[in-house]
Amino acid sequence: MNTFISRFLRNRSAVTAAFIIALYGCLAIAAPWIAPHDPYTMHSEALLTAPNNAHWLGTDPFGRDMLSRLLHGARISMTVGAVAAGLALALGSVIGMLAGYAGRAVDHVLSRIMDVLFAFPDILLALVIMAVLGPGTFNVMIAIGLVYTPIFARVARASTLSVKKLMYVEAARGTGASSLRILARHILPNIAAPLIIQTSLSFAFAILAEAALSFLGLGVEPDAPSWGVMLNEGKNWMEHGWWVAVFPGLAITLAVLSFNVMGDGLRDALNPRHHR
Amino acid sequence: MRTYLLHRLLHAIPVLIGISVIAFFIVRWVPGDTVTAMLGAQYSEEEAIALREKYGLDQPLPLQYLRWAGNVLRGDFGRSAFTGQPVLEAILERLPVTAQLVAMSLTVALACAIPLGIWAALRRGGKADTLASVTGLLGVSIPGFWLGALLILGFSLHGGWLPSGGYIQWTVDPWENLRHMTLPALALGGAVTAVILRMTRSAMLDVLDEEYVRFARSLGFPQRVWVTRYALRNALIPIITITGIQAGYLLGGSVVIEHMFSLPGIGLLSLQAINNRDYALLQGTVLFVGVCFVFINLLVDFIYAWLDPGIKY
Repeated sequence: MNTFISRFLRNRSAVTAAFIIALYGCLAIAAPWIAPHDPYTMHSEALLTAPNNAHWLGTDPFGRDMLSRLLHGARISMTVGAVAAGLALALGSVIGMLAGYAGRAVDHVLSRIMDVLFAFPDILLALVIMAVLGPGTFNVMIAIGLVYTPIFARVARASTLSVKKLMYVEAARGTGASSLRILARHILPNIAAPLIIQTSLSFAFAILAEAALSFLGLGVEPDAPSWGVMLNEGKNWMEHGWWVAVFPGLAITLAVLSFNVMGDGLRDALNPRHHR
Repeated sequence: MRTYLLHRLLHAIPVLIGISVIAFFIVRWVPGDTVTAMLGAQYSEEEAIALREKYGLDQPLPLQYLRWAGNVLRGDFGRSAFTGQPVLEAILERLPVTAQLVAMSLTVALACAIPLGIWAALRRGGKADTLASVTGLLGVSIPGFWLGALLILGFSLHGGWLPSGGYIQWTVDPWENLRHMTLPALALGGAVTAVILRMTRSAMLDVLDEEYVRFARSLGFPQRVWVTRYALRNALIPIITITGIQAGYLLGGSVVIEHMFSLPGIGLLSLQAINNRDYALLQGTVLFVGVCFVFINLLVDFIYAWLDPGIKY
């Protein structure tokens, strides 16, 4: 564990990315207190104004403060990312471990179901699930979580297959340990590394997917200060004010980039031979 | 190789059945009733019952599924509740737009990613490698719709060089068609460029360490020869695999880009189907995209087997 931490800390890009993610988290938590304005209040005297002293990142076409909306948007993105990635991790790990450990018919059926889910482009599958569930932040989390479940299932299945034949699992089985105990106590801790890396990468995908769904009008509630909603509103006004489209996109890109860099850093720290 | 291809074909059958099951049942899960949506606000119960009988909606779900799947196999995807147009006809009408968008995005991606990936691998640890790494990371992190917004800002609103949206058919005016498709293709191709770039670099690094490449270099072949004839040819398999997978994902990504640039493709059609609660159209587009995705993957498997005849299942 110490070797892993020291290897991760030596990777300056990954540490910087982790710092940025922590900063995003802090800003998201503190948004109601640090945002200079209410994200929903329309300032009729300041419609689509460029960045200035009163509104550091300008205002949108409805006169709402961009900085305040971005800060509250971080709450939505971080929450959706955490819940969706958590849901995909939980569901995918259970399915993948079951498939890998049980083998035969169980593996065959579960793997084919995952193959079918893989056969749809992720954003289309999320769109269709949203059409069934209806718009809303909670439903976005469920939809994205379900879409990324097969990735975790594949990672967990492959890792379980390689671990279940190892001596310590055989030994646990020999002592009469139940399958549930073997999975929870002996297999899960030993397949955690690839699942942690996948969680970091899926967090980035979830932020992107939420923004894309909201951009298409099928994500969070239409007036919510989501970065995707802001970009969708901003795209029609770019000619008059570049800031309405540039700042939300920058916020998304920096968050996604940080999770990707941290994911790469975690992978390199856990498996140094992978790094080239 | 034949066994491998046969296995891949057989493997695709349950996946195709699964896709059809999902496409069929999704409509049943969408809130609201198809019949009441078709009849509008004013209707009698008798009319609703008659319509249910006409479309077989009064029958058990498995029976409805079999009937629907049978119709689909005969090319009958049903009719759009909104326009009355046959669904397959609507899809095929929009297909050229999405196909051109995907093809142009892939062309841009391959043209940029492969040379840059090779260059980065040859100068491992150098400036070219850093540039490739940064480009790769940025490419997978920038949302396509934001890249699209930036391209519109730069090339349409400020430069005035390219149109910011809309579509002109190739048969009407090829030059205008290309002008209208350039920005969407660049926006959609950004992420794919990054993925192929990372794969090219990694695959090239793997083969550059191989003995046959070192031997070719020691014989004094010019760099152009040993890179293209010995290294790249052997690095192509993973590059082609990832390109095929990305082509499938571009079909999904096209929804966002078609919405951004108002392109009348399959992505925009499926979005309209969701917004209009046009269930038959939604079912059709989901099924069509899923099946295309499976066939693209099968095609990749076939190319894979062709490039590497020693492959076994």
